[in-house]
Amino acid sequence: MFLLSKEAIEIEPLRRLFADARAGAVATFEGRVRNHNDGRPVLGLDYEAYEALAVEEAETIMKEATDRFGLYKACCVHRVGSLRVGDLAVWVGVSGAHRAEAFAACQYIIDAVKHRLPIWKRERYADGSVEWVNCQSGSRELSREHAH
Amino acid sequence: MAYQESKQVQIRYYAALREERGLPAETVTTFAGSLRELYLELRDKHGFRLGCERLRVAVNDRFGNWDDELADSDRVVFIPPVSGG
Repeated sequence: MFLLSKEAIEIEPLRRLFADARAGAVATFEGRVRNHNDGRPVLGLDYEAYEALAVEEAETIMKEATDRFGLYKACCVHRVGSLRVGDLAVWVGVSGAHRAEAFAACQYIIDAVKHRLPIWKRERYADGSVEWVNCQSGSRELSREHAH
Repeated sequence: MAYQESKQVQIRYYAALREERGLPAETVTTFAGSLRELYLELRDKHGFRLGCERLRVAVNDRFGNWDDELADSDRVVFIPPVSGG
């Protein structure tokens, strides 16, 4: 299950989806907006998504993770819109029989979400400037990433 | 000689490309044969900074390849480097 959310992500209702007597392990990940990137103070982020393709590609990722790690459930919610420092930007939850698969699946999903979904973040800096991350034309910028 | 038919395609822009174009979407009439030719035509016209090698492309809400043929009524999205998560 994957959702794009214009509203703040509420974790408790998501956690309740993972009640399952078979699941000995539930691993979750919270990606939050941090106050700096690449040495620059960050005030907040704006996320934009190409919704139809993002949702379809995300469902593919969830299925890949479910098959590969034998999960009982996999869920990811990603914010769109304007966020402030400390806000939850993305939440991933997975359940499986054992912890090793659950940890690995959680990491697989967040890495794939960052690299494959057509979602973009624009950082707002303390000096008033803004920048779409990874979209600069210089080669220096190719390696930049707002890694959570 | 054979006359080439023009095509009408819908383009949507996101993120950095939307800001460079100054529009979220437009309908374009083109003779471009492939997605690459369409992007190069638009890049030439609007001065987009990023080349094909930095972008991906989607047609009708599916990822496509730059050398795929462009068809009339296609809905095309050029995808700048992503930065979700």
